[in-house]
Amino acid sequence: MVSPAENSSATQSPPGDIVHAMRDDGSLSAEHDPGLSTQQVVDLYRHMVRTRIIDERLVTLQRQGRIGFHIGSLGEEAAIIGSSFAMGEQDWIFPCYREFGGALMRGFKLQSFIDNMFGNANDAAKGRQMPDHYTCREARWGSISSPIGTQMTQAVGFAWAAKIQKKSLACLVYFGDGSTSSAEFHNAMNFAGVFKTPSVFFCRNNGWAISVPVERQTASDTFAEKGVAYGVPSVRVDGNDLFAVIAVTRAAVQRARDGGGPTLIEALTYRMGGHSTSDDPNRYRARDELEPWVERDPIERVRRHLQAKGAWSDDQEEALRTEVDGQFREAVANAEKTPPPSLASMFEDVYAEQPWHLKEQCQQLLSGARAPKAH
Amino acid sequence: MTQMNMVQAINDALRLEMARDDRVVVLGEDVGKVGGVFRVTAGLHDEFGDDRVIDTPLSEGGIIGTAVGMALYGLVPVPEIQFSDFIWPAYDQIVSELAKYRYRSGGEYPCNMVIRTPVGGGIRGGHYHSQHPEASFIHHAGLKVVCPSNPYDAKGLLLASIRDPDPVLFFEPKRVYRAAKGDVPEGDYTVDLTKATVSREGSDVTVIAFGAMLYEALDAAVKAEEQGVDVEVIDLRTLWPLDIDTVIESVKKTGRLVVVHEAPKSCGFGGEIVSLVCEKAFYHLEAAPIRVTGWDTPFPYTLEMEYLPLSHRILPAVIEAAKA
Repeated sequence: MVSPAENSSATQSPPGDIVHAMRDDGSLSAEHDPGLSTQQVVDLYRHMVRTRIIDERLVTLQRQGRIGFHIGSLGEEAAIIGSSFAMGEQDWIFPCYREFGGALMRGFKLQSFIDNMFGNANDAAKGRQMPDHYTCREARWGSISSPIGTQMTQAVGFAWAAKIQKKSLACLVYFGDGSTSSAEFHNAMNFAGVFKTPSVFFCRNNGWAISVPVERQTASDTFAEKGVAYGVPSVRVDGNDLFAVIAVTRAAVQRARDGGGPTLIEALTYRMGGHSTSDDPNRYRARDELEPWVERDPIERVRRHLQAKGAWSDDQEEALRTEVDGQFREAVANAEKTPPPSLASMFEDVYAEQPWHLKEQCQQLLSGARAPKAH
Repeated sequence: MTQMNMVQAINDALRLEMARDDRVVVLGEDVGKVGGVFRVTAGLHDEFGDDRVIDTPLSEGGIIGTAVGMALYGLVPVPEIQFSDFIWPAYDQIVSELAKYRYRSGGEYPCNMVIRTPVGGGIRGGHYHSQHPEASFIHHAGLKVVCPSNPYDAKGLLLASIRDPDPVLFFEPKRVYRAAKGDVPEGDYTVDLTKATVSREGSDVTVIAFGAMLYEALDAAVKAEEQGVDVEVIDLRTLWPLDIDTVIESVKKTGRLVVVHEAPKSCGFGGEIVSLVCEKAFYHLEAAPIRVTGWDTPFPYTLEMEYLPLSHRILPAVIEAAKA
């Protein structure tokens, strides 16, 4: 577990150094200031707030029994929005499953996301995956899998393919601290290092993998230092500092596009909620562990920054919340009145063309009795 | 036409397709300069270079995971797993990622990719160089599984597999890599991935086989003929999706079925074939179907010829089916 005290320290020797851009008073350090316009910061702030509101509303929907599940990003908005923002239009992102805010920022439509949460007929994944396992190729955003780390080697292969085809792009992959224990992390880092793929490994070190703290994932002092063994440069960044996240991700993206190969970013943040709606963090971690992180809430920090510049008012805050609430309610209403996917759709897309046995089984389903309504 | 063995025919298919389509990339352990431990990729590195014929780190999970990413990008990777016995570290990527991508993304992310890997025993390879793991892949929705028995089919099926929009596992029967020889046309042709072939026509018993065991089935058929039993031998070529029509048509003619495969018996592919035949042609059966397979043991080294379902075990099964 990374404490905020350690997190705020900037005096450790590498690779313990943690990049900060924002001082406690909301001003920016010259060294890591990404040079955003005030309007850009306002837009990013809006995306962060929007992410949090949607997160909270989805948890409520799950508690009401209207959706089956949600896996949120409470407290990790700066890490997600900042890193996704640093990716250019031609770049690609392979998500873990906790980064919907980044997808929405890159053009994934809220309605499409909510359709996925309900698994209805309009869901691009055709109701085949559980909530938060959406697909949105048009946002240059990968399809989501539940098993840990599988997207990492795929993201490296994707970046490698672009390099083989001599296309200039970077491919960022999200994963958590728990994924660094997987064989996929090793394979991905090793292949990326050997073939110098234009990859950005973005580790959201949020302290917990469901109930297991980081001390049970590794005996290393940091996750970033694992890069050394693979010949992959690495950096630790304050993951609750929007500006620092953007600065280090931009540098990694630039290195990738310039042929300099991969970078491992360890973003120090904190999972302020449970692992998912199925989890109760009070069973395994002390309630007072959360408090120092509330003080370093990534959204509050950006708001303080904007307010210090006179660029954000309480009225704007209120208007934003009303706007997002309205959009959310409308999307949910649409999703709830959309029927489930057709029975026959269960047998589509297994293969490009439906073979005889799936045609046969589809007919058996259609001509048979219907299942009781389970949920 | 040129006389080729399986290794040469597969090499020819790879060379031809790499020249035709610059999206095709070969990667794996030792596939580059040395041309693969069975020399299947010999010469490709010289011809197509480092970016398209890639010696990878020694990690099957890494090979397949990165190949899936290449396919998502739009390349057509043809990774080689050096022996199918080494494929298990990549199993999750194959059955839970590669096989599911099209489905789970509602068609947004298809994966055009062929995994080539040598299979089968009879080469004094022991447990870790001899297995024939088709059933473990057929069971997972989303994969096509191919296993040619001869050079002509190997080339045509591989070209069809590389051009197929779905992921294909291409099992190469290494016992007959060099022993199986035949005429192979120069240039481009494909063999239909949906069709089995009748290798020998007969009227009394249907024997279904594939890969190296096809030759054992054919040998048993010749010997059965000496005992007055007329055997039809079907070479499945594509194991999944199965060409059920060819199988059922034959069983309706003969009324008797023997299925042969090297893999262990229980939950093997033979069980699925027998079940399908029972569902679709039960009243045409004159005798109980018989499976002649590897035993339900790990693959043995010294006693491998006693493990394999060779002609001497197929023949009595055929006679038993015929006499029942």
